[in-house]
Amino acid sequence: MDAVKRYFRSPAAVAGLILLLIVIAMAVSAGWLYPRDPLALAGRPLVWPFSNPRFLLGTDNSGRDIAAQIFYGARISLLIGGVATAIAILIGILVGAFAGYYGGWVDNVLMRITEAFQTLPNFVLLLVLVAVFGSTLTTVTIAVGVVSWPAPARLTRAEFLSLRNREFVQAGRTLGMKNSQLIFGEILPNALPPVIVYASVVMAVAILLESALAFLRLSDPNVASWGNLIGLGRDVLRVQWYVSAIPGIAILVTVLAVSLVGQGLNDALNPRLKGR
Amino acid sequence: MRILNLAGRRLAASIPTLVLILIGVFLLLQFAPGDTVDAMMAQMGGGDAATARELRKFYGLDLSIPAQLGNYLWRLVRLDLGFSSIYGKPVASVILERLPPTILLMTASLSFAFFFGLVFGVIAARGVNRWPDTLISTLGLIFYATPSFWFGLMAIVVFSVYLQWLPPGGFEDIGAARTGIWRALDIASHLVLPTLTLGLIFLAIYLRIMRASMLEVLNLDYVRTARAKGLDETRVVTRHVLRNALLPMVTLIGLQAGTMLGGSVVVESVFSLPGLGRLAYESVVQRDLNTLLGIVFVSALLVITVNFIVDLIYARLDPRIMAEG
Repeated sequence: MDAVKRYFRSPAAVAGLILLLIVIAMAVSAGWLYPRDPLALAGRPLVWPFSNPRFLLGTDNSGRDIAAQIFYGARISLLIGGVATAIAILIGILVGAFAGYYGGWVDNVLMRITEAFQTLPNFVLLLVLVAVFGSTLTTVTIAVGVVSWPAPARLTRAEFLSLRNREFVQAGRTLGMKNSQLIFGEILPNALPPVIVYASVVMAVAILLESALAFLRLSDPNVASWGNLIGLGRDVLRVQWYVSAIPGIAILVTVLAVSLVGQGLNDALNPRLKGR
Repeated sequence: MRILNLAGRRLAASIPTLVLILIGVFLLLQFAPGDTVDAMMAQMGGGDAATARELRKFYGLDLSIPAQLGNYLWRLVRLDLGFSSIYGKPVASVILERLPPTILLMTASLSFAFFFGLVFGVIAARGVNRWPDTLISTLGLIFYATPSFWFGLMAIVVFSVYLQWLPPGGFEDIGAARTGIWRALDIASHLVLPTLTLGLIFLAIYLRIMRASMLEVLNLDYVRTARAKGLDETRVVTRHVLRNALLPMVTLIGLQAGTMLGGSVVVESVFSLPGLGRLAYESVVQRDLNTLLGIVFVSALLVITVNFIVDLIYARLDPRIMAEG
């Protein structure tokens, strides 16, 4: 309860939460506000924002409603960001937990693999994965998750290393608990909070990675994604720069909201570190 | 000498990592639809199955996958990265041509982000929780959330289309055929916007880390001692605090080297710079898997090199590492 109070005392954290709620509201209300397919033709191409009440944010190069694409794009960004983060955190926790708990050769092997993933630039690995498995919504989401797990794995491992010889773990061991019980039942709940907070960083990066991929036209072209729209707008950048500008602001706001909420959670859960 | 020894040992430890990456990506690419020969046949405008079989035999693609992997690794030892059927040249020379713009861009962005991150981090830490700190921290958060490619596009709109101060893309003005200092200046003007674009997110990260580590060091006993003996604040910061506060920043360079290389893929595409990142993108689009694998190798090598240099700097900044190592 204290943590909740501390969270709401920080203006930045509250602002982040409000922004995040707005983005979620956009994602939820998209189907209701814009019942038509956001990628269907809606009117004349390249209508400037605020010039036609039917298209509040104007239309893109091929006459599709930008506002509708922004609303549906919120769905895609949150979906890819959320699922990819869940995948990354899950792999990270498993790898980090086993490496930190067992130590020895298990740790050695798992950390070598983690290091390999960290040595290879994650965007280059993402390109390789997309080249091999194609760019549908599912493959892109999994690929973004697969390139993002090393940092949570290292974090989990560090937590496990500091917890594995604590008294409550030794007590459990004396009671005859199995390794799996100790790992998932005893240590993991204590190791989880910093990892969950770190998930906000993973999610922010995941959203940015997907939008960059979509901008390069390597993500799923059949969904209304903010990155896709920026990539399209690039063709008319010299005059109709708003086609690229508007979705970029949407990405900025979403990533900012996720980071602010993450930082707010961090400060609320670790009050001693506040102000750092 | 001991520094080199220590860093050298770390370098040797990264060789298994490199081999692991290559094996992993090589096996991964076996799942890719179509191989080099398919790409070549498409390039030639099709051909019969017999020709394809012949070509596969010529390139050793008819062997078992472990044998192919063995061949590939053995060729790598001799620095032969294979042949790019798209560019019609050895992969090694294709990559070598594209390397200078990327290295130039990365060095420039890193210097920009490091320098301004340091300066802003120090300013923010000196006035912690007052308006300069709030302003800098807020800007840092916004920069961190800005997609680099979008910032690049907006920078093109403002500085190239409306103000017409800087070129919108490319590495140099090919038509002008400049030499010497003029050519260098021309390239520099082409690199201003890409450098800012790539460096922005790192600037945000560096200033945040610098601020945190300054705050941490400012609370240590020896800083109090330095103040107590009557040093003015500027001397305390420059002579005593900065050196220690720099350590996390230097660590970060090594950790972020890969991210920066990944970021240059996007930035080079925005500004059509003929660099390694753009080559990576092109080889994905054109299904030039040999080149893609070569780029994976070279980028891992680059990251390892950066980490080697970081180790050297680190040992120089913090003599304790030497004592322990």
